[in-house]
Amino acid sequence: MAAVESLPPGTPSAMRNAFGTVLSALILVLIGVLAFSIRLFSVIKYESVIHEFDPYFNYRVTQFLSKNGIYEFWNWFDDRTWYPLGRVIGGTVYPGLTLTAGTIWWVLNSINIPLSVETVCVFTAPVFSAFASWATYLLTKEVKGSGAGLAAAALLAMVPSYISRSVAGSYDNEAVAIFALIFTFYLYIKTLNTGSLFYATLNAIAYFYMVCSWGGYTFIINLIPMHVLLCIVTGRYSPRLYIAYAPLVVLGTLLAALVPVVGFNAVLTSEHFASFLVFIIIHVVALVYYIKGILTPKMFKVAVTLVVSIGLVVCLIVVAVLVALVASSPTGGWSGRSLSLLDPTYASKYIPIIASVSEHQPPTWPSYFMDINVLAFLVPAGIIACFSPLSDASSFVVLYIVMSVYFSGVMVRLMLVLAPAACIMSGIALSQAFDVFTGSIKYQLSSKSKDNAEDNTSTKNAPKDDASSGKTDKGEEVSKERSSKKGKKKEREPAEKLSVKSKIVKKKALVLPLEASIVALLLLIMLGAFYVIHCVWAAAEAYSAPSIVLTSQSHDGLHVFDDFRESYAWLSHNTDVDDKVASWWDYGYQTTAMANRTVIVDNNTWNNTHIATVGTAMSSPEKAAWEIFNSLDVKYVLVVFGGVIGYPSDDINKFLWMVRIGGGEFPHIKEADYLRDGQYRIDSEATPTMLNCLMYKLCYYRFVETDGKGYDRVRRTEIGKKYFKLTHFEEVFTSHHWMVRIYKLKPQKNRIRGRVKKLKQKTSSGVSSKSVKKNPWM
Amino acid sequence: MAARIWIFSVAVALFLSFSSGHDLQIVNAERRIDLSSHIVNAFLTLKVENIGKDPAADMLLAFPPTQIKHLSMVQAMAITGKKKKKTYLPLDVKPTEQPDAPNDTGYFLVSFATPLTPGETVTLEVLYILTHSLEPFPSEIAQSESQLVYYRDSAVILSPYHIKQQTTFFKTPSARVESFTSVDPANRAGKEIKYGPYEDRAPYSYAPVIVHFENNSPFVVVEELVREIEISHWGSLQITEHYRLTHGGARHKGVFSRVDYQSRRSISGSSSFNALLAVLPPKVNSVYYRDNIGNISTSHLRTGFKKSELEFEPRYPLFGGWRATFIIGYRVPLEDYLFEAPDGRRYLNFTFGCPLVETIVNKLTIKVVLPEGSKDPSTVLPFTVNQDLQVKYSYLDIVGRTVVVLQKDNVVPTHNVPFQVYYTFKPIYMLAEPFMLVSAFFFVFVASLAYVHIDLNIVKK
Repeated sequence: MAAVESLPPGTPSAMRNAFGTVLSALILVLIGVLAFSIRLFSVIKYESVIHEFDPYFNYRVTQFLSKNGIYEFWNWFDDRTWYPLGRVIGGTVYPGLTLTAGTIWWVLNSINIPLSVETVCVFTAPVFSAFASWATYLLTKEVKGSGAGLAAAALLAMVPSYISRSVAGSYDNEAVAIFALIFTFYLYIKTLNTGSLFYATLNAIAYFYMVCSWGGYTFIINLIPMHVLLCIVTGRYSPRLYIAYAPLVVLGTLLAALVPVVGFNAVLTSEHFASFLVFIIIHVVALVYYIKGILTPKMFKVAVTLVVSIGLVVCLIVVAVLVALVASSPTGGWSGRSLSLLDPTYASKYIPIIASVSEHQPPTWPSYFMDINVLAFLVPAGIIACFSPLSDASSFVVLYIVMSVYFSGVMVRLMLVLAPAACIMSGIALSQAFDVFTGSIKYQLSSKSKDNAEDNTSTKNAPKDDASSGKTDKGEEVSKERSSKKGKKKEREPAEKLSVKSKIVKKKALVLPLEASIVALLLLIMLGAFYVIHCVWAAAEAYSAPSIVLTSQSHDGLHVFDDFRESYAWLSHNTDVDDKVASWWDYGYQTTAMANRTVIVDNNTWNNTHIATVGTAMSSPEKAAWEIFNSLDVKYVLVVFGGVIGYPSDDINKFLWMVRIGGGEFPHIKEADYLRDGQYRIDSEATPTMLNCLMYKLCYYRFVETDGKGYDRVRRTEIGKKYFKLTHFEEVFTSHHWMVRIYKLKPQKNRIRGRVKKLKQKTSSGVSSKSVKKNPWM
Repeated sequence: MAARIWIFSVAVALFLSFSSGHDLQIVNAERRIDLSSHIVNAFLTLKVENIGKDPAADMLLAFPPTQIKHLSMVQAMAITGKKKKKTYLPLDVKPTEQPDAPNDTGYFLVSFATPLTPGETVTLEVLYILTHSLEPFPSEIAQSESQLVYYRDSAVILSPYHIKQQTTFFKTPSARVESFTSVDPANRAGKEIKYGPYEDRAPYSYAPVIVHFENNSPFVVVEELVREIEISHWGSLQITEHYRLTHGGARHKGVFSRVDYQSRRSISGSSSFNALLAVLPPKVNSVYYRDNIGNISTSHLRTGFKKSELEFEPRYPLFGGWRATFIIGYRVPLEDYLFEAPDGRRYLNFTFGCPLVETIVNKLTIKVVLPEGSKDPSTVLPFTVNQDLQVKYSYLDIVGRTVVVLQKDNVVPTHNVPFQVYYTFKPIYMLAEPFMLVSAFFFVFVASLAYVHIDLNIVKK
């Protein structure tokens, strides 16, 4: 706006600037609408419901927050999970998402818009992805101008990788964290470009919001120091760099320590040490530059030798202190997830719980194509564009993409961090390519018309000489929109004015033949169209399933498998409110949120031993399992079984992880006992240990009666042991498609046998004696 | 079982001193009690004669204290004319207290259309409906067992008047009757048990009987139903119904086996139910069926000209004692239900009660949310309910909407009759919220205009 004001009104260029501003604002609004609406496929195809596992926990926390207020929330000790340990939710949760949705809900309700907490939670992610694409626009604009910014924003609005985590209903930390990540980077670049302390402060606050939102904030606090170091090493140190970095470390660390889940980790764990080290280095460098400024070159040389010798000693001491600190803390000061980032094989070797989660696996090549699609091909072009010319800002995005490519290669989940970088790079690449192609078309056309008008005899080789004049004269009429944007860009960035100008000059020199540019343009548009088609397909088909309700299309119509909610509803209405339900940890969050029952373990996985106990119980024979569950006060055991309808991610397929995790803590459970010649099988070749373990029995109890053979549709085989009875558990509920089976622990039997028992029965009350007699399994 | 019969009578002198202590006698009484569902319908045909000297304007119906608290509704009609040209004249029935009622007997007062002159006779048809009167025995059953219930009543009609001749029929849902108390003459033929005829029973005669029989009809009990009817003068009526449903029969015991339930449906879970039917108004649209964890996909809507039927299933079959909660919402066009009264007020004409068929509602709350700015609400109902006024804030409300709350316990399908809510409303209020939105946007644009044109820099560049 200021740029518009500074120009004399009424001139054509001012008009064009105003027009360009309005147009790009309009485009940005449309990009926001696109980002929001492409994520609504899940609501339209399924329903407005919270998805998957973690979002249910976040939803439950948000409900608690909206009901009890912020102070209760910080002090919340949840006794409905991790029984009998419980969990301090307020101190172990990243509160950013919850507080954001809670605030939105509170504001809406205080102006009498009575949306439910659930609705707000469902639509938080799409709203924030619109914010994220606007933040991408700002960031890319700082790097390469608003044309690239708009392109990057449009790409980010529909990048499948980000859609997969932010469809309506996917109420997870990443939904707001990606916005926070991009916005923090934007403010860093903005500070770097302007050297304004105002933006530096905003940057620290944005960083604080990121720390609140997601554990991925360590990416920021390592990437920015790396960039600072890079700038110093390449001799790009400037006061702007100092202002961009030093306040961020001081303010950011102080603010981060305010978040309960981070607390003193902000200064104690190794993830943050890089930032402090660079903080020291940048001060040393600043000091050196200062001294260099006030000393003569000769004096400076003497001072350098003096300082270097003293500095080495100081550095050694500091390093020693750091090493001592690191060594004194467990796991060398690194958290398990961070360690598995640095050493990709770490988790599979030492932490089966982290390795057992599919999103912690390394991605495959197809998943790159699935998640970022054509961006993968545009990124190299973008990197090249960033090097001509290389500025502080463009070196940052190059560093960003390099680091995120590495991390995405370690964990499929971190593809999400790669996606914005890929969008920024591709946006830059697309915009530069368009600039070149349209520029040469404009030039060729203008020179042609000039030739026709003034000099009919001229040849096609001539244009190179009067390239600049031809462009400035007639270029404006051909594409008003692009040139106006360019004009605005020129006005907006005084800091980069020089570089941009030189770039334009360079571009003008680069003129392609008319036909080649038109073909290239068409190909680029086709590439974009392909990307859009792929994104819409991914949003509609691949990433919109809420996973708590499954559908399958067959020749006789749509089948809906709503078994999870069926059983959660059953649990919530037909069991006692304080009953404990044991299941594998995947279903912990859903059980507490939907059924409101106490669970033994949940998706938080903070206590390995507890999970191993449940894993051991599931892999033990019935009696031993009953004893373990009984000691945990468990009343119901829930298993997920897909053998009837062919649902592959059921408990039998997850069972080996239970054995591994259980065996990790309790050595009497050995993985080899469950495998026949290294193969995991449940048919007649299966080992007796496998056929007698609790998980097998609970899944296949009376399964054979459904079809007479006991054919498991997931494993595609007949089960090994078909007819058996349960002695310590009884079936209390099985859902319509058998996907969820709930068993109740039978009460302990009396030890009295024979005659004495019969006598006892006669004296006991009528109802109990009846139940004993009727029970066929006793 | 004759030993268990006892008859008690009360002194005639006492009874004569009643406020409506006319000299009436019942010449002939026939009672048919339908036990085929869990709602007990009793039809009473009474031939009443005035044997006193004064004309009688009303008569009393007596109910034992065990029935009075389960009594959902009493209706009476006078029959005139012969068999083919019978005309029914509804009579006014209201509960009344008698100062010296024996053993907490409850009374209803039936007012005749014209006072009964001495010697005249009139034939009355009385319908009363009992809820929660079938007691499951055994009270807990397994999945494969069928449900047996007790019904307790008297073989003779409890009445403050002398009954010359009376007969009682019990109709059971199936021929399987485990036992019934015998009061001679009593016999059973198929689905019907006949007590009587009994001659000349004194006032307040009582002969308790127990019928123990099989009843596998769905015991659908809505513990609480909140219906919210929101009137929007923009053209629709939004109805949201919150149900808390339970199976009111014998409690389920032990195992629930899906194999048995799916493959041997005829003998397994015969008293359970998993399909419900709601009768909704015609032209209903935007119907949804969900609970607090999301949409429930098992429902089917048939729309018609007279009524729409919504067939739906709870998430899981309901066995004895199991519960389920769900929400049904729908929208109907306003012009079919909102009218303008001659005096300029508007009134809503809607159906009371619960749309589910064959259902007992323990506690029904109907909230009629009037549009913002409505005044002076009043209701017209054929029976008494608790009334209350509340205020609700909905989308962008400032003063809030008036909510008329009607609350009634023990509601049966017979209560599904129209009721009216009258109120005054000025159409100008309809424009309040659009105007607010328009002005909000206007101010946003004005503010951004101002922001663009104001230079906040202290130092001029």
